[in-house]
Amino acid sequence: METYPRPRLEPNYRLPEEELLKPGHMACPGCGASLAMRLALKALGKNTIVVIPACCWSIIAGPFPYSSLDVPLYHTAFETAGSLSSGIAAALKVLGREDVTVMAWAGDGGTFDIGLQALSGAAERNDNFIYVCYDNEAYMNTGIQRSSATPWLAWTTTTPADKPKEEPKKDIIAIMAAHRIPYVATATVGYPDDLEMKFRKAKAIKGTRFIHIFSPCPPGWRTESKDSIKLARLAVQSKVFPLLEVEHGERWRITVWPEKFVPVREYLKLQGRFRHLTDEQIEIIQRNVDQAWEKLLKLAGENVRESSPCA
Amino acid sequence: MKKVITGNRAVAYGAKLSRVQVIAAYPITPQTTIIEYLADLCASGELKAEFIKVESEHSALAACVGASVTGARTFTATSGQGLLLMHEIIHWAAGARLPVVMAVVNRAIAPGWNIWTEQNDTLSQRDTGWMQFYTESNQEVLDTVIQAYKVAERVSLPAMVILDAFVLSHTSEIVDIPPQEMVDEYLPPYQPQYKLDVDDPKAFGGLVYPADWTELRYKIQQAHQQAIEVAREADREYGELFGRSYGLVEKYPQDEAEVILVTSGTVTSTARDVIDHWRARGQKVSLLKVRLFRPFPVEDLRRALEGAEKVAVIDRNFSFGHGGIFAQEIKSALYMNSHRPTLFSFIAGLGGRDITPATVEKVLNYTVSRDRPEEEAIWIDLKK
Ligand SMILES: Cc1ncc(C[n+]2csc(CCOP(=O)(O)OP(=O)(O)O)c2C)c(N)n1
Ligand code: SF4
Repeated sequence: METYPRPRLEPNYRLPEEELLKPGHMACPGCGASLAMRLALKALGKNTIVVIPACCWSIIAGPFPYSSLDVPLYHTAFETAGSLSSGIAAALKVLGREDVTVMAWAGDGGTFDIGLQALSGAAERNDNFIYVCYDNEAYMNTGIQRSSATPWLAWTTTTPADKPKEEPKKDIIAIMAAHRIPYVATATVGYPDDLEMKFRKAKAIKGTRFIHIFSPCPPGWRTESKDSIKLARLAVQSKVFPLLEVEHGERWRITVWPEKFVPVREYLKLQGRFRHLTDEQIEIIQRNVDQAWEKLLKLAGENVRESSPCA
Repeated sequence: MKKVITGNRAVAYGAKLSRVQVIAAYPITPQTTIIEYLADLCASGELKAEFIKVESEHSALAACVGASVTGARTFTATSGQGLLLMHEIIHWAAGARLPVVMAVVNRAIAPGWNIWTEQNDTLSQRDTGWMQFYTESNQEVLDTVIQAYKVAERVSLPAMVILDAFVLSHTSEIVDIPPQEMVDEYLPPYQPQYKLDVDDPKAFGGLVYPADWTELRYKIQQAHQQAIEVAREADREYGELFGRSYGLVEKYPQDEAEVILVTSGTVTSTARDVIDHWRARGQKVSLLKVRLFRPFPVEDLRRALEGAEKVAVIDRNFSFGHGGIFAQEIKSALYMNSHRPTLFSFIAGLGGRDITPATVEKVLNYTVSRDRPEEEAIWIDLKK
């Protein structure tokens, strides 16, 4: 089984200057998903084709005939990020252009829910593209409805505060790792160097690569735009969203060992979507998070503290 | 080279001779052997194509859209339920102006399960913007796949090549397989005007406001209008090179007739025989085969049907709540004529029930013996 060394980070490493996400895009202020794209494209560079199914990014990218991306972009149907990208990758292969990176870029709805079949099909075939899910934990494009990525007890417009979401968030990382694709990773805009490093690493690997990006969304989470980065960091520090990598479904590794750990309450209290939670509920969430973390530590085994220098 | 092959094999040969570069398909009876043949051709290296063995028809067509917009010549094939599952992306491929070619083996739609021929699957895709060619023989199947690429790539529209389940798909006939060099001469490599290209980045398919939408739809309609002449020319050119052409519609025999029977697909062959017999008895009947259904060659149909007193349409399909679909379409095509023949609409052969010479006889007898039809649609061979 091939192993993939992490790209080395020089002590004074700086993100590439080139901006492939142009000013004038249509994201809300503080949108994690737009920052994520900016960083991802910095890492992947100009030789990239982006595929975007229906989601907030269908709007962020700009209407016909404009584009906020300086790379080729295909807007596609909601559930086809996986299948359409397979077609592009196959065409690039027959046309002798395998130097081009294909990146599918979908929301959590397009990934966890309606697009899961196409994604699973592509991953099972190990088709050659990077699939990115920017996860804002609800259907934001259509106005904040629950998805299977919405956390337990969160408010959305289809899970009102009187009867918030009853089911836990779907474990997409376990699902993708179970496909034994060469590379699965989580990332967030709160740790940009880790995110960028993972895209550079993914770019060098062949086959299906899956990157799950935790993306704060001020209007959907009822948070302040200025808090998006803070929330992204708190999600990692509270163990709600660990930063990790999985190679071939087997080698699990925690890539960022947080500089400090904080209680989940710190993370939850900044968000209007959790305003209705009781103390008991917050305690249960804390227990769930701790258990999931313990499970992850077991999976990571000796790689547990092999932390990236960029933490 | 002549070979005795099934319709499905003829499809595969057509795709191979067209040098398709990306295939994405999912099995469904009675299409399955098409993709088995193609899988063999790809595995042996005889066909240098990427074959994506997708997990559904929806993904099959989405993958074709992705490959086509990247600049590859793409192919898929399906049937019945599979075609319906693709529906969203069928619209997509046409709206995106991509020359994907898809073979569709007509199959009745469930419930109950029925794997036999009926045209409701393809006709329910009528308004998607795809071209539709209905074929009569295995030879025509092969030739039409090649012609379809020629037309599709000229007008930037996707095309379906449609054949009857089992009657063609699984029945062997002698088929002349043209030499590759001649097909290459007829069909040069695909050179898209626009594609996903890192050296010339563009966005495709973004949000379109009402201010521009109508014009984009109008362009699709213009392409369809243009496709009628392009298809005629492609068929003529094919005839010159290969000695076989089919027309957009075919009148058989050509001369004047009082009653004209209209058919599509394999019913046509059965009807040819019956018409020969009636002609031999001195009756002025003839046959009009509709090969191109979208775009609908309205002028050709008007000219062909003009002189007739009665037109009898056999539909192997039905639009519930209205009637036979070819009959409706032909009625609307004739509406602006100063002389309109009386139209008789017959429903026959649903779900694979045989349309025999006796069925066609019944249709003709009904038509010649009445001034007007007694019902909007006459269900032939209906058990009461
Ligand atoms: C087949 C289909 N069903 C529903 C929709 C409507 N729709 C568009 S985007 C969207 C939600 C997208 O949610 P997600 O993938 O989480 O991305 P986000 O908007 O949150 O960025 C929905 C339901 C659609 N475009 N297509
Ligand atoms: S709604 Fe949320 S995800 Fe969508 S653009 Fe605004 S901040 Fe970004």
